[in-house]
Amino acid sequence: MIVEIGHYALVLALALAVFQCLVPLWGALKHDSALMSIAPSVALVQFAMVALAFGSLTIAHVTSDFSVINVIQNSHSAKPLIYKISGVWGSHEGSMLLWVLILEIFGALLALFGSSMPLLLRSTTLSVQSWISAAFLLFILLTSNPFARAVAPPIEGQDLNPILQDPGLAIHPPLLYLGYVGFSITFSFAAAALINGHINAAWARYVRPWALVAWIFLTLGIAMGSYWAYYTLGWGGFWFWDPVENASLMPWLAGTALLHSVAVMEKREALKVWTIFLAILAFSLSLLGTFLVRSGVLTSVHAFANDPSRGVFILAILVSFIGGSLALFAWRAPLLKVGGIFAPVSREGALVLNNLLLTTSCATVFVGTLYPLALEALTGEKISVGAPFFNLTFGPLFVPIFLAMPIGQMLAWKRGDLLGSAQRLTFAAAVGFAAMLGFAVIQGMPIVAPIAAGVAIYLIIGSFVEVAGRIGRVASLGMMLSRAFGLPRSAYGTAFAHAGLGLTLLGLAATGWGIEKNITLHRGDNLTLGPYEISVGTIKEQPGPNFKETVLPLTIREGGRVIANMEPSRRYFSTRQMQTTEAGITTLGFGQVYVNLAEANADGGYDARMYWKPLVTFIWLGALLMAYGGAISLSDRRLRMGLAVKSKRRSEAAVAAE
Amino acid sequence: MKRKTMTRKTRRLVLIGSALAVIFLAVGLVSFALRDNLVFFYGPTELAQKIQKPGARLRVGGLVKEGSVIKDNGRQMTFIVTDMKTDVKVQYTGQVPDLFREGQGVIAEGVMDAAGNIQADTVLAKHDEKYMPRDVADSLKKQGLWKEGTEAAPAPLRKQ
Repeated sequence: MIVEIGHYALVLALALAVFQCLVPLWGALKHDSALMSIAPSVALVQFAMVALAFGSLTIAHVTSDFSVINVIQNSHSAKPLIYKISGVWGSHEGSMLLWVLILEIFGALLALFGSSMPLLLRSTTLSVQSWISAAFLLFILLTSNPFARAVAPPIEGQDLNPILQDPGLAIHPPLLYLGYVGFSITFSFAAAALINGHINAAWARYVRPWALVAWIFLTLGIAMGSYWAYYTLGWGGFWFWDPVENASLMPWLAGTALLHSVAVMEKREALKVWTIFLAILAFSLSLLGTFLVRSGVLTSVHAFANDPSRGVFILAILVSFIGGSLALFAWRAPLLKVGGIFAPVSREGALVLNNLLLTTSCATVFVGTLYPLALEALTGEKISVGAPFFNLTFGPLFVPIFLAMPIGQMLAWKRGDLLGSAQRLTFAAAVGFAAMLGFAVIQGMPIVAPIAAGVAIYLIIGSFVEVAGRIGRVASLGMMLSRAFGLPRSAYGTAFAHAGLGLTLLGLAATGWGIEKNITLHRGDNLTLGPYEISVGTIKEQPGPNFKETVLPLTIREGGRVIANMEPSRRYFSTRQMQTTEAGITTLGFGQVYVNLAEANADGGYDARMYWKPLVTFIWLGALLMAYGGAISLSDRRLRMGLAVKSKRRSEAAVAAE
Repeated sequence: MKRKTMTRKTRRLVLIGSALAVIFLAVGLVSFALRDNLVFFYGPTELAQKIQKPGARLRVGGLVKEGSVIKDNGRQMTFIVTDMKTDVKVQYTGQVPDLFREGQGVIAEGVMDAAGNIQADTVLAKHDEKYMPRDVADSLKKQGLWKEGTEAAPAPLRKQ
């Protein structure tokens, strides 16, 4: 029964979405405020319906209701509860439902918190958002119904793909979707601005928090996906330039560009048309990602099942939304007035450079991802474009970004002083250079590693030079503290986010100094791995909830002292008759020891891949720091939008800053 | 000051100029990288027909022939990739993925040596027992060896 309620709620949500597509938009065109003001309440009810549908599917999964095909195919009564819940989105149907749920969450949030916005903008935006919901609800109901019942329910389910039975599944898809789908709101804002035909700095101020939220979640989602792949796939790699990964990287690059150009628009009313374009681009790339991952064009662990009708349907959604929005853009964008002017050397100029480099690097990823597909469609020849391509194209384009980031932070709006800014970075550059030499002497080759590490140090220090400069060198500590508190949070947000990228770069650079060993392990063996000694214990078998596990205990010593134990293992899932490996990972300092077991040899030894990866955690910690910077920036925006109570401190700070 | 003489037009020129510079850089990098870093995929039959020069980097995909996997001592192994028509021998050093099994789909990436064998440095067999690398599936379809709906049947029920 609960399953039918869920299905029915989804149909109701579609009806509401269609209603919302048309009525508020009609109201906006006719300037009928009664029709327009319907939008928020409809958006909330629509959200409630989709939440109900999602809730009922979750209940079906948790109670192992094997009369539902989706549950049969992806669940098992012995599966741990966390995977019963996260397994809801471990299938194509369920993950599309999650997609739509998040779309509705964003619509509902806009309905709840957008009351300070002009009615026209708010209702048009919600209406556009509803177009997206309607398209995807239709997609789910017509091609991917998660509520379909089985004619003859089996006693037991087929279990979830063991690779997905991991805490990563509980975290990675929701985060990534919050990011992907978050850009739907900025897209809707952009389309609304085009439909209404006018746009100003206030628009940018409404859009910026949404762009930030989407960007923060996308950053976290990508980082989480990368870490999951790292510890699950057993190759010790964290980024494979796989098309599915690229599909999430492209919206991130466009979204990062959007974040920066929105800042220009908010402060200076410049780059209006470009910002609109980026908002459209970011979501278009999210849609492209959804298409690549969900349509079965690419086969990977993300493509749960291949069904041509789904691919065609998503392609139709993709083409109509991207084509429609770009047509709207071409038609209406010339109406938007060009805003403030600025000198090439200025904060605006630096942000334009940032946009240029980010969109260009995004374009190279786009080419590398779609070229093989296009070539195969046109000539039938099959090629793969791998890491060397991306390292050669994407890498060089990011070098100027790294170098220019701290300088850009330092330039004044409208007209900046390049030489003066560069001079203030002397310290950062000197430390970076010294670090480069130091790393080269201590760690040595490959030459790229110390260079990148030096640039990373420069970037991390340089990120904070601007903030430090604004706090200044004044006599009293109290004065410095009050200035430090008085600075807008967005200044700190920028500094942390930029430093986060530096930290990630440092982690990437350190991969050059990693050690890899492919070796056969026998009981009692002792070996060295980087700075550590590792001794091999006795193999043991132990049962898990829905698998059997073979564990090889290892002891890590440093200078004879035991510092850690690790238990890499191999698991056998009997329902799916599938073997997985669980890499043993131990974090020591910021580096990690990583051991992955292969099958047993005839003599009882185990082949293993062993890695010592210095500073590897910086790769993901850097992403966390970026997201943290975004969050700080977001808290600043909330004060500005007047959503929160105006703080007393801020008005004091404004005085102090004068 | 020199800066003051910068007109709106020069500003625009600077902007367009730098945009073009970045785009040219990107186009240059992409075309350079595309020339040298593409890896072509072949089935065993295609590989035999097109007679690759030794030394070319390529991917070969097919099924691991039953009974062909030989593990030498240490970590070296050889196996035969087949499309049921033509065989090609692959030599590989390292750890194979969890799902590498005789009779299953596989892709080996590496260099062809003078004897026509593949010296692989990467072996892919990913993710799932239902999963067949798309290239392999297409290649088998071409040979008419693909049976639609040969997805693994639900495993027999088992009490845990």
